Amino acid sequence: MLSPVILIPAVLNGLLIGAVYALVALGLTLIYGVLHIINFAHGALLTAAMFAAFFVHRLLGLDPYLAAVLLTPLFFVFGYGLQRFIIAPAAHGEDRNILLVTLGLAVIIENGLLYAFRADTRTINLDYAFRVIDLGIVFLAVPRVVAFGVVIVVALILWFVMSRTDTGRAIRAVAKEKLGAELSGIDVAHIYAVTFGLGTACLAIAACLLIPTYYVNPQAGNAFVLIAFTIVVLGGMGSVAGALLGGLFVGVVESLSGLYLGESLGQLGIFVMFILVLLFRPNGLFGERI
Amino acid sequence: MTARLLLPLLLVVVALALVPAVVTSNVALNFMVTVLLIALVGQGWNVLGGYGGQYSFGHSAFFGTGAYVTAILQVRYGVNAWLGFALGIATGALVGAAIGAVSFRSGLRGSYFALVTLAFAEVLRILASVTPITGAGVGTLIKLDLRPEALQFQSRVPFYWIILALVAISLIVARVIEASRFGAWLVAVRENESAARALGVNATLMKVSAMTISAAITAAAGCFYAQYFLFVDSGIAFGPWISVEALLAPIIGGIGTVFGPLLGALVVKMLGELAKLVAGDAPGLDLVIYGCVLILVVAFAPRGVGGVFHEFYNFVSRAWTPAPTPMRRRDG
Amino acid sequence: MADKIMRVEHVSKRFDGLLAVDDVSLDFASGSITALIGPNGAGKTTLFAIVSGFLRPNGGRVLYRGGDITGQPSHRLARMGIARTFQIVQPFADLSVHENIAIGAHLSRPARAAALAAAAEVAGLVGLGDLLERRAASLTVSGGKRLELARALAITPTLLLLDEVLAGLNPSEIRDMLPVIRAIRDRGVTIVMIEHVMQAVMSLADTVHVLAEGRLIAEGPPLSIAGNSRVIEAYLGRGAAGRLAAVGGGNG
Repeated sequence: MLSPVILIPAVLNGLLIGAVYALVALGLTLIYGVLHIINFAHGALLTAAMFAAFFVHRLLGLDPYLAAVLLTPLFFVFGYGLQRFIIAPAAHGEDRNILLVTLGLAVIIENGLLYAFRADTRTINLDYAFRVIDLGIVFLAVPRVVAFGVVIVVALILWFVMSRTDTGRAIRAVAKEKLGAELSGIDVAHIYAVTFGLGTACLAIAACLLIPTYYVNPQAGNAFVLIAFTIVVLGGMGSVAGALLGGLFVGVVESLSGLYLGESLGQLGIFVMFILVLLFRPNGLFGERI
Repeated sequence: MTARLLLPLLLVVVALALVPAVVTSNVALNFMVTVLLIALVGQGWNVLGGYGGQYSFGHSAFFGTGAYVTAILQVRYGVNAWLGFALGIATGALVGAAIGAVSFRSGLRGSYFALVTLAFAEVLRILASVTPITGAGVGTLIKLDLRPEALQFQSRVPFYWIILALVAISLIVARVIEASRFGAWLVAVRENESAARALGVNATLMKVSAMTISAAITAAAGCFYAQYFLFVDSGIAFGPWISVEALLAPIIGGIGTVFGPLLGALVVKMLGELAKLVAGDAPGLDLVIYGCVLILVVAFAPRGVGGVFHEFYNFVSRAWTPAPTPMRRRDG
Repeated sequence: MADKIMRVEHVSKRFDGLLAVDDVSLDFASGSITALIGPNGAGKTTLFAIVSGFLRPNGGRVLYRGGDITGQPSHRLARMGIARTFQIVQPFADLSVHENIAIGAHLSRPARAAALAAAAEVAGLVGLGDLLERRAASLTVSGGKRLELARALAITPTLLLLDEVLAGLNPSEIRDMLPVIRAIRDRGVTIVMIEHVMQAVMSLADTVHVLAEGRLIAEGPPLSIAGNSRVIEAYLGRGAAGRLAAVGGGNG
């Protein structure tokens, strides 16, 4: 066993990383909960957002945290358009087709980025990237603390939108009973696209939170997507609260298994957990559907 | 099975067998070997995805198993290459049966099944990139030993015969499945699992069997890859690229058909070459085109390129058929 | 006393606290037509799902030809001669009518040719003989119901469970189906049918079992059931409520 001196920082850092995982998973679970599709383009879209955040900083000199203000609405519109004008018309409403269309999108986005920017790995240098907060027994990186805070705020806003606005109510209605919602005059195609847009917007925020301390290359988003899938399955497909709790949980598990098993085997722990959950508890460990 | 069913198959294989007689350039032959390799991987996917309706996103698990087993047995245990090849296929089938059994027995289907196959492939990729027996991050290099006994050849032509033979076998397997009770039941499970079960079909057994055959075929492609390039690493063997190619070929060529994967592999690889001609050898561009073609096929030609040909043929043959009698009666 | 092909003993099934089938015991006589009737939500389809292996009961057991088959998977029961149709038709949508029926015929006939030949024969029996090459998804409601029946018959069952094969058919289509069902029984197949079309129940059934809210409330020959006060109550209670709602809901 390791001493608390090592254990406590590992858990705290796991929680902080887990918050960003949760945000990525939030987008995925939202889309699943309403459209009942698994968006295989989620990782590629995250990569695209990370490139966007990188170039907004490089070309416009905008701080990534400020870039989020610009990129979030932009990616909302992008996601809206993808669902409305590509995924929905191409898939003809068949599950298997949706799998293939989102996979096709992932391949296009990822390799389009590879074609445009080559396989180079890029990073941003920011003066606050290595600053830490000293809590006495543990140092916490400032960007991670900021990320944690932002994720909590985003989750609260999302909760507010879902429970207090007409659009949010329409989304929940469609998620619960598509036909009924359609009959009562809700434009389901529009709501689907709005949801997809929201899910994509979550990725833009996540990208802006990641880029100060992470790197970007055409495959950067993939590292998060299987983790996000794990969280979504763990938290119960479509459950927002489940995604948040699952994200934090997975962050801690990764941090601890990294501590015991080393970096790459730590990742293995996540996949093994993912497979076990899929096989034995496909409805998730906690949390119900939306 | 009647000769009529096997005749088109025989014609295609004979036509392909004539290729080395016509084509002598190494580049062209290499291209054809790649096409046949992808056709083989795709036929593997097609058995499970096309006939069985279970879309795997992790067929690299079987490709990689075949490749690594072939390579490791030779390099670390001095096993004969031909035997290694056979054992690679057998191990691939075993891995397929195991993943199939746990996934299908716990009732995974649709997106969940796609996800779990993806995760299994990733687990194998990570394991292969860290364990010493696979050469970890460095990969495994098969020693150059240009003797037929070692399944290595001076020229590419013998490799072409081998991959063609494997493709021919996979075509026969697909045809036999189509013409058998097993195939009929497998398709029934794809179309409606509850109805199939009510009619006495053991759906889980059908799916696990299909996955075993599917994995064996795809593993054979992996074994061939290892022997052809004499090198395997975790990214090649278990990387997502092969999983994507595996499903691309049959879907583009015509899912759930005997010739779909072969046709699709040819179309996909030609598109890739075309992209290289137009844009130079830029990384990524060919895959961008594959992605676009995949979406276009799903959107506009759900039966694939083969289906389009078929409809075109029907259209033409209808246009050339003499007008039916009622027309003449009106004249008289 | 005719011998019993199937006995259901104290079977219960619970869904999230709702008792869908509540301690039901009944049996089906060999070579007879038994009707299972009752208001919507009475547990009829759940009972079917249990005896055909699609659901495992929470309690009780099911005996078939004297052997305990409780909890056996559906495909094994089909092999033992228990066939079922689905209330909501479940065709192999992309396959032809001929292929659809052949899937069932394959159970006892491994060869394609034999299965297809048997399928064509069964198709003729239920009046689908002219539609063999039609895509199953393109059939009419009545065509779909016939296909359900044909597929089930193709496994050459000894016990045939029909879940509302007459629902959605017009009166002349129902008239056409009655002799078909009777002919199946005359070939020695035991039939149990869930049915709302009372005219059919009265003319076909030898015995009627009435379920309401998961419980068996009456059983006997059709005529005695028609006059049973508990049955009338079970139906009229709901029927009356429905009529009141219709009057209140608008004078359309």
